[in-house]
Amino acid sequence: MSVRTLRIPTRSVRMIERNAMAFRHNWMVIFSGFVEPVLYLLGIGFGIGSLVRTIPIGDGHTVSYAVFVAPALMASSAMNGAIYESTFNLFYKLRYARTFEAVISTPVGVEDATLGEVMWAIGRGSLYSVGFVIVMLALGLVASPWAILAVPASILVGFAFAALGAALTTFVRQWQDLDIIQLALQPMFLFSATFFPVTVYPPALRLLVEWTPLYRGIDLVRGLTTGGVGPGLLGDVAYLAVMGLIGVTIAALRLRSRLLK
Amino acid sequence: MTDSIASPPISARNLVKRFGDLVAVDGIDFEVAAGEAFGFLGPNGAGKTSTMRMIACVSPVTSGRLTVFGKDPEVYGAEIRGRLGVVPQADNLDLELTVRENLIMYARYFDLAWSEGRKRADELLEFVQLDERAKDKVDDLSGGMKRRLTIARALINQPDLLLLDEPTTGLDPQARHLVWERLYRLKQRGVTLALTTHYMDEAEQLCDRLVVMDKAKIAAEGTPRELIAKYSTKEVLELRFPADEQPAIDGRLDGLADRVELLPDRVLLYTSDGEEAAAAVHRRGLRPESSLVRRGTLEDVFLRLTGRSLID
Ligand SMILES: Nc1ncnc2c1ncn2[C@@H]1O[C@H](COP(=O)(O)OP(=O)(O)OP(=O)(O)O)[C@@H](O)[C@H]1O
Ligand SMILES: [Mg+2]
Repeated sequence: MSVRTLRIPTRSVRMIERNAMAFRHNWMVIFSGFVEPVLYLLGIGFGIGSLVRTIPIGDGHTVSYAVFVAPALMASSAMNGAIYESTFNLFYKLRYARTFEAVISTPVGVEDATLGEVMWAIGRGSLYSVGFVIVMLALGLVASPWAILAVPASILVGFAFAALGAALTTFVRQWQDLDIIQLALQPMFLFSATFFPVTVYPPALRLLVEWTPLYRGIDLVRGLTTGGVGPGLLGDVAYLAVMGLIGVTIAALRLRSRLLK
Repeated sequence: MTDSIASPPISARNLVKRFGDLVAVDGIDFEVAAGEAFGFLGPNGAGKTSTMRMIACVSPVTSGRLTVFGKDPEVYGAEIRGRLGVVPQADNLDLELTVRENLIMYARYFDLAWSEGRKRADELLEFVQLDERAKDKVDDLSGGMKRRLTIARALINQPDLLLLDEPTTGLDPQARHLVWERLYRLKQRGVTLALTTHYMDEAEQLCDRLVVMDKAKIAAEGTPRELIAKYSTKEVLELRFPADEQPAIDGRLDGLADRVELLPDRVLLYTSDGEEAAAAVHRRGLRPESSLVRRGTLEDVFLRLTGRSLID
């Protein structure tokens, strides 16, 4: 394919409008993704929390177990919402509904469509995180005024995973492949310092965990809601932003060569 | 819209489309003038859809030169698409939206205001007689209704150029006539039409000028009249023989016509005088099950250019 002129995808908002319109017919599904992390919070955060009591979060601080787990679940809910949209729903639109074929016959280009899909997925993830932070506030699990930044931080987590999901989905051939993505996310959810600190791991394993994107997201959100704010958080931000940008670029390039045949 | 006067809506020079090793369009030249209805005929796989998709700016040109409204699709894709209406060969309606929402949303893709989109959607639903199905899901429509909705959708931005890839495939006769009438009206309003079709009557009805494509190349170009005059005869004698008889093959039809075309179900004799040819067939002792004299049509042009004829 030859070089094309780069264009700023200003029409990406059309994709959001389209998804919102379709969503009105099927809005109940939104709850399924929201309820899960809340159940984890109640079951594990408070359930296990009644046994564990407090947990160290570095520099000598300790917090209650529920306060420790809640931000991890907040980051995970942003991931879940974003990933669900950018894998299952995006795959359906690409593979079965031919939605994009119609869209790119209009002034809306492939870049617009890609970015719009990613933004929509971020939106779903953000909705979950906002809902979750409200639950946290109601249950008194926010320990620092920095928590005000936990919402934008979750949006960043959503961006990173929406972009990753979209990029991966462009390689997906069948529904079963999506299960593989889910299967990879499951251990990441369980072991990214979600329910216990990384200090429990041997050094090599710890290093590995610290390089997973969800760990970065959790580290960032947890730092903000517990008040453990340090320069390390900027590293998390950079990691997630770069991952998101790479993901979006791969997704756009792949979709372009797939749709513009 | 100064360019619509200065440059033709579509111009192709030595246009090539390749998919890997496969050459789908092999160096074709054509030009479509403003307000014209231009047709692409040709057998399956001839390269019609590949050509249409390049014009629609959704398929990069492999080589050669293509301009739409005088502009390069590579550079001005979004701008060109804003002035196009596209009916793709395979429907790609939005299955998650209702009939009416499909049109409203499409209007948004062209940056029309919501209120304008709703207004046009309602007008167009009436135009293609689907107003009673406005609230239905697209999947609940019949195949022909989906086709009509796709045509309506292509008109939402009031395009200057309408690209129709087999627009009436799957339509019942009433719906086809409805679509022809609608397309004719659009043409009267100055909309340029480029269409592909496998229906020769459709091509004769709608097209001012057409090309016959075969094996990725243009085999002939002209008005329907010119093509019929050049590649067919004034009259055609159609004969049907019992399945076990193959008179043309054993040479018993030799010399009775300018050209003989053997089709699976019938034999066509190209001649200036069909009645005379029918009498001659009879004189040779052949007894076809049925015989019919008709005028030469585009179908004959098509067969001549894209099929294999026995005597040429
Ligand atoms: N995306 C693609 N990838 C690979 N080959 C393709 C692709 N699209 C079309 N082709 C090939 O290009 C050739 C021309 O196809 P095209 O769809 O343009 O034919 P057509 O004239 O529209 O045929 P039909 O009347 O059946 O619609 C065919 O051999 C087809 O297999
Ligand atoms: Mg075709």
